[in-house]
Amino acid sequence: MTIPTRSVHCLAPRRRRERLFAAALLFPCFAFVAVFAFYPIIHSLYLSLYRIILGLPGLSQPFVYLENYRQLWGDAVARHALANTFLFVAVSTTCEMLLGLAMALVINRSFRGRGLIRAAVLIPWAIPTVVASQMWRFINNDHYGLLNFLLYGSDLASYQAWLADPTFAMAAVVVADIWKTSAFAALIILAGLQTIPDELYEAARLDGATAWQRFTRITLPLIKPALLIALLFRTMDAFRVFDLVFVMTQGGPADATNVLQFYGYKKMFAEGLLGYGATISVLVFLIILALSLVYVRFLGREIMEERP
Amino acid sequence: MKARLRRLLFLLSVALIAAFSILPFLWFIATSLKTQMEITAIPPTLLPSFSLDFYRSALDDYHLLHYLKNSVIVAGAATAGTIGISLFAGYALARIPLRHKPLIMGSLLLVAMFPQISIAGPVWQILAALGWLNSYQGLILPYITLSLPLGVWIMTGFFRELPQELEDAARVDGCGHLQTLFRIIIPLAAPGVFTAAILVFIYAWNEFFFALLIMTQRPYQTLPVGIALFQGQYTIPWGEIAAASTIATIPLVLLVLLFQRRIVRGLSAGAIKG
Repeated sequence: MTIPTRSVHCLAPRRRRERLFAAALLFPCFAFVAVFAFYPIIHSLYLSLYRIILGLPGLSQPFVYLENYRQLWGDAVARHALANTFLFVAVSTTCEMLLGLAMALVINRSFRGRGLIRAAVLIPWAIPTVVASQMWRFINNDHYGLLNFLLYGSDLASYQAWLADPTFAMAAVVVADIWKTSAFAALIILAGLQTIPDELYEAARLDGATAWQRFTRITLPLIKPALLIALLFRTMDAFRVFDLVFVMTQGGPADATNVLQFYGYKKMFAEGLLGYGATISVLVFLIILALSLVYVRFLGREIMEERP
Repeated sequence: MKARLRRLLFLLSVALIAAFSILPFLWFIATSLKTQMEITAIPPTLLPSFSLDFYRSALDDYHLLHYLKNSVIVAGAATAGTIGISLFAGYALARIPLRHKPLIMGSLLLVAMFPQISIAGPVWQILAALGWLNSYQGLILPYITLSLPLGVWIMTGFFRELPQELEDAARVDGCGHLQTLFRIIIPLAAPGVFTAAILVFIYAWNEFFFALLIMTQRPYQTLPVGIALFQGQYTIPWGEIAAASTIATIPLVLLVLLFQRRIVRGLSAGAIKG
């Protein structure tokens, strides 16, 4: 009999205790993210206002206000890298979404050995990007790469140094990325496909809908959230492409494959221009922030609609 | 007739997908088992002679074991750390009524998304100030941070699916929050923990950007850095690179073959359920 009254009394302190408990549980996570992610982002903003050169500790580190930004604005290589990055993101993400959708549609059918195919598809995704990069660099090799042999057979005179050609080098990096990450898009889309009940297709078939109609009227609308999520993740991931470029081309030839993340890395750690590098960091962060806000607006609505 | 044609087309597309996914890497594995003569031969040798010379050379001349050891230490510790922290955070986010939950989840997502370059400089400075460049902890701490979003998202999703009744029953029996967490929830969360652990391990095993910045001296470099920087005296040592690549990939292929269901579910869980 006394229990109900006690619980009423305890309600407020219990809620406070609960909140404290939650804070304690979240603290380690928060601490890591604050120190190694949020602080660095803010500190980059600060660094971008100074001229700091690594490895020259005797040199003063003067406050230069927006000088770095003015320099970045007129930096032709940076502009090139920005254009390259957007080109890479647009082409690779589009191809990966289309290929991923096709792969998901095939794997979603039930057939013998489906588990094995699914594992096979996952392998490029699991391979370290550095390994995939070396592999594609070897395939594109000018003397004994597989690509040259497949195209020209034993006619050694026609063999091309693909990675030394500005257009082909970019294409080679894009192909490597598509190979590596289409599976990721496929898996996210597959998860979306599997939430569609078979009865819907049955009913549509009874109503005389063609395969194409079933695809455009049932499949596509129902996997739209999955498609958007795959697109979001792939865009963001393509935006920070680095490993492929570092291993396959070092940004070359003639900056044809130089992308923002690689350019920032080079300025900061190869040339030691920490202040100028931080300016690139800020630019990259702002682009990503803007992109993700746009996506979240779309995605947020899509996911909310899905919820009961 | 039409049904059979369609079936044939379907099998063809399955075969194409499989070939696209595994043939390029099989070619690289074959390369690692060739001799130098076979690698440079035109037309290329399809079947390697299964020579282990490049493996021997990778181990002896290129310190492969060394990189392997560093990768195991860094990826193992990062996985353990991430899982421990995201277990608690995931429980709090799934089970305790809190304000600003969407904000917390959203900012974690942002951490998972932004390019590494946007934090690289200051992270490098922090580690340099602590004297932790070229140290295991210097790489493990950023890895934990960057894989926390993945871990927390998976754990939160997993905890949400556990029936609330279990906890209520424990509460009625007089268990506090902490006791409920350790006695009831964590044992039940084992499958979720395992899924998250596989994904975080794969991330840490494969990460290259921070490993390259932080581990500038060979004694601490991990496999991806080693493989990216393999350099012969005059030529690119393709055979050794292929051998090291094969060794770096074997653990991942095993994980994929054994746990593909779990990996697929883990990858899509956070994403689809939001």
